[in-house]
Amino acid sequence: MAISTIWVLAEASGSTPTSGTLELLTKARSLGASSVAAWIGGDGEAVAGALGEYGATTVYATGDLGGKLPGVAVSAAMAAAIAGGTTPDLILFPQSYTGRDVAARLSVKLDRTVLTNNFDLAVDGDSVTVTTAIFGGNTLVTSSFSGAAPHLALFRPKSFAAESAGGGAATVVAAAVPDLGATGGASVTAVHVEESTGPKLDEADIVVSGGRGLGESGKYEMIEALAKLLKAAPGASRAIVDAGWVPYSYQVGQTGKVVKPNVYIAAGISGATQHMVGMKGSKHIIAINKDKEAPIFGIADLGIVGDVHKVLPKLIEALQGR
Amino acid sequence: MNIVVCVKQIPDPASPGALDASTNTLKRDGKLILDESDSYGVEMALQLAEKAGGGTVSLVSMAPNGEVSGLRTALAMGAAKAVLVSDPALRGSDALTTAKVLAKAVERAGGADLVIAATESSDGYTGTVPEQMAELLGLPSVTFAKKVDIAGGALSVHRQTESGFDEVTCPLPALISVTAGVVEPRYPSFKGIMAAKSKPVDTVTAGDLGVTPVGWAGANQQIVGVAAAEARKAGEVVEDDGEGFTKVVAFLENLKVI
Repeated sequence: MAISTIWVLAEASGSTPTSGTLELLTKARSLGASSVAAWIGGDGEAVAGALGEYGATTVYATGDLGGKLPGVAVSAAMAAAIAGGTTPDLILFPQSYTGRDVAARLSVKLDRTVLTNNFDLAVDGDSVTVTTAIFGGNTLVTSSFSGAAPHLALFRPKSFAAESAGGGAATVVAAAVPDLGATGGASVTAVHVEESTGPKLDEADIVVSGGRGLGESGKYEMIEALAKLLKAAPGASRAIVDAGWVPYSYQVGQTGKVVKPNVYIAAGISGATQHMVGMKGSKHIIAINKDKEAPIFGIADLGIVGDVHKVLPKLIEALQGR
Repeated sequence: MNIVVCVKQIPDPASPGALDASTNTLKRDGKLILDESDSYGVEMALQLAEKAGGGTVSLVSMAPNGEVSGLRTALAMGAAKAVLVSDPALRGSDALTTAKVLAKAVERAGGADLVIAATESSDGYTGTVPEQMAELLGLPSVTFAKKVDIAGGALSVHRQTESGFDEVTCPLPALISVTAGVVEPRYPSFKGIMAAKSKPVDTVTAGDLGVTPVGWAGANQQIVGVAAAEARKAGEVVEDDGEGFTKVVAFLENLKVI
């Protein structure tokens, strides 16, 4: 028996699915499954068109969650559907806050293993294998699922290219969320969106990131100035996010965003494993750091061994004069 | 208010990681230290217990080789006691098995009004164990908490999202996973370090907790291949002589992005 049914956990902002969702749908329909369905913790009608275009024939939708966190609600709805006789072979989740929560809760409900942080997926007959990168991306580990279906796997953003299938709108099927009991106790009372100007970090053609080498939070202005001149998105290492210099939404790395821009400029960033995982897929990398032994120079196409406080102002001035 | 904090003892991240060639698991046979990510949870627990007017902060941890040095660090910060599940059979356990073992360890520690974990460990970073534990314990949960308060028997949490944060309320008992930077972890005092030496560490096996099978036997996955990634080659590295910025300008011009 080959793979016949694949579910993809979809996430969306209004009627726009996240790029990670569309990447997984594209991958799912390439695996020769007879049915690809999406799941959404929210309104199905709003996203049926976009999800259908990328290959979902069905959208299982919980409807408005009424402030419940999607992790507990969507996993319960999925488990209920499976208990009702609809068992997929494979469920793909984006490696996101919601994706991790849904997959984790579901893995317990179904007593199945869940494999995270993957960037590749292969199906060969009954065998499903996923691949993850460890040690900052220098070692690739491929694992196969050995238990009964459904197999649960999470994939990092940008693991696959999203391509439209030109499909029509998916059929929306209401998915009931069963009584969650005590587990449903948490509720969202307010949503805050941190405003950012300029291109989005994970979509920008150029990213300029700063790290601890900037020395103090005020010096992050240099990163913003350079980013503005290059029409780039400003980013950051975990160190300065933890230090509170910039919001978490700026973080590039294992626990932050994965970026693959045309040009990535790392200023005052040494290149911890945590950071490199999030940016080593960039097409071109420029690093500026005063420590010539910094690991970032090992992957940079152009490395400037120098003080960011001297190099950046001159670079900014040169670009302003153009 | 009784709080249980999940802590992991990991190989020093400063030394390069390696896989055991025979099992393809992470080598954890050297000295293990407290995962820095967990120091935030320990600090958060100590602060919340103090704010609630008292209570016990306990630790739960799982390690294949009876290691306690990382636990001693957390005890030195101020936690009162620990349950360590140490069992060679745990080697190769997947995230779900780990969650099953730690959930039982929470019960062994006497249960909790609040369970705190990091969002993910620094060495394995599957990032699913806290939420799996919540499901196993039948608890509501708020993952990726970056600000946490307790008032009137309920948690008030700022939960990280892709675009900002959500304000979330959650009744106790509950589980939260906290991000790095949520609080500033204290350094253990000399007095704390001395006191930690005599704090109780209840060392048990997975079997003692009634969790079987564990390790490879419990994991529904097999590692079928390990390969070196295609290495990214280092390019030109130049010392800044005051004109280093011109190299950057030329590089960008060459790519036609300016």
